[in-house]
Amino acid sequence: MIAVETFPSIDQASSALTGDAIYLGGGTLVMRALNYGEQNFTRIVRSTDPTLKQIAASGDRITIGAGVTMAEVMASPELSFLAPVARNVGGPAVRNMASVGGNLFAEHPYGDFTVALLALKGSVTLNGGGEQEMESFLSSRSGFTEVVTSVSLVRPSERDFFWKKVSRVKPKGISVMSIAAWLPQSGGRISGARISFGAMGATPLRAKSAEAALEGQGLDQSSVAAACAAVRGDFQPPDDALASGWYRSEVAPVHLRRMLLGEGGR
Amino acid sequence: MAKTPVQFTLNGTHRAHFVDGGANLLDVLRREVGDLSPKYGCGQGTCGTCTVLINGEPHLSCLTLAESVEGKSLETTSGMANGPDLHPLQRIFMESFAAQCGYCTPGMLMAAKALLAGNPNPTREEVIEGISGNICRCTGYEPIIDAILQAAVELRSGRVA
Repeated sequence: MIAVETFPSIDQASSALTGDAIYLGGGTLVMRALNYGEQNFTRIVRSTDPTLKQIAASGDRITIGAGVTMAEVMASPELSFLAPVARNVGGPAVRNMASVGGNLFAEHPYGDFTVALLALKGSVTLNGGGEQEMESFLSSRSGFTEVVTSVSLVRPSERDFFWKKVSRVKPKGISVMSIAAWLPQSGGRISGARISFGAMGATPLRAKSAEAALEGQGLDQSSVAAACAAVRGDFQPPDDALASGWYRSEVAPVHLRRMLLGEGGR
Repeated sequence: MAKTPVQFTLNGTHRAHFVDGGANLLDVLRREVGDLSPKYGCGQGTCGTCTVLINGEPHLSCLTLAESVEGKSLETTSGMANGPDLHPLQRIFMESFAAQCGYCTPGMLMAAKALLAGNPNPTREEVIEGISGNICRCTGYEPIIDAILQAAVELRSGRVA
């Protein structure tokens, strides 16, 4: 039998997260593991701390509590730019449960929301106030033992943020790949391009060659063609039941072009 | 190991149960409460047949920690009918052949009920989105979509059975 410990404050929950305990957020990952007998834990730690549900904007960044669900992201006027991303996570029931914090730990073929966070210069805030940049967090998340209390990301203008989930089943299907881009422009030139892909590696990854191809350019057919040519060298995608690595390499430039040029809908 | 007491409202009736640590809500509803309307399908959040409403919103009971529903209001398909009168969604599902093997039907009905509560006049696309978390391997979905749209018309006109 599993012991469940529920705490009113995230500080208490964090202190209890020791040994063979796991933190339960929305439940879609932890309860699935329990149903399949795949748990490597004997204690579940959870918290009802209301700060986990906070959404707060400050300057050009916005902070989302780790307990905010995908449905709550979709309902928040301040997070309207992320609504298409949250809508691509599961069906309505999953979106009422799945949390922003849990998505950070969801492995492919799940975890699409984190792809967008990576493009939007995301960072995770740990209980106690420490902050970790998203790329660093993702590179070490498999051994992560702390409690994430919130994520922070830039608030892009609508024209600067791009999102696309590629799946075989509509409207709800697990992703063959997902792509996000934040392409802030100054004087008609892209400055600080960030492009991220899901399903092209063990975690969401940045397409740094494609980013470099767009840097200092306008967003047009020519620069996008250069980025699409460059993106082939950014990844060594895995084979899995959804698609082969070869297939992913072949179609990644196609979907990147469609996303950036608005072909087939954004 | 000690069990945990949980109290909630199920289809308008107060319930109090002791649940095992880590038990999911679906197991508690079926084994402790005796409400067999929500079904176990995939156990991983893919099929939707375990869908119940928690405070009016659809949730997957197989992925819901039972003790997390403390103090909440739950609805299942077994609470939809009013005595001998089926809910319009149930009746139209039956009349429109929107159920074949019936295994997905409880989850479909819960998803549809939540959709129509928040959006009484959905488009076809909105219905498709509303049931996108519920898999049916029999009907091809078209009779289900048609039934929900027809029920929406009936519910808007006030013809509640």
